[in-house]
Amino acid sequence: MTHTHSHSDPHPGTAVIVEQLTRRFNNGPPVLDGLDLAIAPGEFVALLGHSGSGKSTLLRTLAGLDPVTDGAVTRPREVSVVFQEHRLLPWKRVWKNIVLGQEDKGIRQRAEAVLEEVGLSHRSNAWPLTLSGGEAQRAALARALVREPAFLMLDEPFAALDALTRLKMQQLVADLWKKHGCAVLLVTHDVDEALLLADRAVVLERGRIRVDVPITIPRPRRHSDPGFEGLRSLLLDALGVHAA
Amino acid sequence: MSDAITLTGPYKTAEAKGKTRSLRTLVSIRRYASPLVLVCLWQVACSLGFLSTRLVASPLQIVVTGWTLVRDGTLPFNLGVSLLRAGSGLGLAITLGVALALISGLSRIGEDVVDAPLQILRTLPALALVPLYILWFGIGETPKILLVAVGAMFPIYLNLHKGIRSIDPKLVEMASTLGLSRWQTIRDVFLPGALPDFLTGLRYAVGVSWLMLVVAEQVNAESGIGHMMMDAQDFLRTDIILVGLLVYGVLGLMSDQIVRFLENTLLAWRPDGRKGRSA
Ligand SMILES: Nc1ncnc2c1ncn2[C@@H]1O[C@H](COP(=O)(O)OP(=O)(O)OP(=O)(O)O)[C@@H](O)[C@H]1O
Ligand SMILES: [Mg+2]
Repeated sequence: MTHTHSHSDPHPGTAVIVEQLTRRFNNGPPVLDGLDLAIAPGEFVALLGHSGSGKSTLLRTLAGLDPVTDGAVTRPREVSVVFQEHRLLPWKRVWKNIVLGQEDKGIRQRAEAVLEEVGLSHRSNAWPLTLSGGEAQRAALARALVREPAFLMLDEPFAALDALTRLKMQQLVADLWKKHGCAVLLVTHDVDEALLLADRAVVLERGRIRVDVPITIPRPRRHSDPGFEGLRSLLLDALGVHAA
Repeated sequence: MSDAITLTGPYKTAEAKGKTRSLRTLVSIRRYASPLVLVCLWQVACSLGFLSTRLVASPLQIVVTGWTLVRDGTLPFNLGVSLLRAGSGLGLAITLGVALALISGLSRIGEDVVDAPLQILRTLPALALVPLYILWFGIGETPKILLVAVGAMFPIYLNLHKGIRSIDPKLVEMASTLGLSRWQTIRDVFLPGALPDFLTGLRYAVGVSWLMLVVAEQVNAESGIGHMMMDAQDFLRTDIILVGLLVYGVLGLMSDQIVRFLENTLLAWRPDGRKGRSA
């Protein structure tokens, strides 16, 4: 099923289509300026860009949190978002947070199953404020996955985690993506993270996708892969960081 | 290393354990010792005639009078009347305060309509309304209950309103991405999120209720603890007045304990360090 904001003509074989999306705040300069982007079903896309380039704005529009005022967005109805902060309700136990808003009989089992997937079964009954940063982010991931989204958006989900936890979480996301097969848009500042996880990396600059590179390195990937070097300097160049 | 500090828990080594325990007993003895000594001094002063019983009754006399008042039914009757007034007033205050706070907290129009007048009204001292109340409602139960209700409504309203308004918008956003309906968002996000502030308001409201009740019952009443005390004044019975004070004290203490208990059970999700923070 597709969800259309102002455009009706879902292209077959495409999960997400953004056409000529323009977004400005308070009549200022456009943050997104005629942006085009298409994501295939099951495709993993990493979205890179400077701070303030509009990555979160694009994501919020895709999530339906911001209105589409100019342009068109087509996306599946079932989408999930994970933000940099876990955004768990502190007054609901972890498993209740996972199935928030779902009210049928099987919720407890579904919650337990998905918590098992993210390795958090033992914290199912805990209060969110007692979780560690990594655990909370796993719970947020579980809450996103339990809805079986066709399109998963991740806005710097690991940015606040320590390096070691981040590596584990990246591995977890890779596994979960393989299993669930949903399309993913991952916003990140970490070029290596993009290379490790994504099928394609796109760089947002001055309101548009300026660089769009496929990452064809075979999976499972490791940070030490020799194929990384060329892509890494290409992306760093696109971000205006010149690797020595 | 002169500016280094060591943070230790109360239970470290066996030796330290013994030490802290004796220290704690000492502290608690000291806490109770001082009031006890004062009461003894008070009793001695009364027995030796330094303190006239016209000014203040002796502790022993208070106990005896208290027991008499319980036995002849005066105290239970007046206590019942007072509790009923405070309870109805507080109940009305909670109903009104919660309803108004929900209206003004959950909708912009509601805020414009409800909040502005209430913010103006709250600056009026509730006790200044007593003469008007007597004019409007006479001297029956209505003015007393209303006085309690109006006084106690403001802390409930103000705190709950603030609680609803200060819900993290990120959580509300999350609820919307999860597809929660408006009602589900109110039930799962707004209400539980505002509960700590509501309970803070409740604590104040309970205190205000007793205050309002004391005034209402001392200004015009045929029954109630306040009336009992005013009656005693005419007969110079300081012992009865002091029994009334004691009852007010115990009531205040008990209601505070109830609210604290509510906080500890309903806010179990807060980490230990923050529990009873507003105690
Ligand atoms: N609600 C808003 N009102 C006004 N300006 C906004 C609003 N939201 C975002 N902006 C502006 O839009 C621009 C893009 O913001 P956005 O959050 O999308 O950047 P980002 O690429 O996600 O940055 P970061 O990597 O730091 O998260 C910024 O200049 C920001 O100030
Ligand atoms: Mg951002």
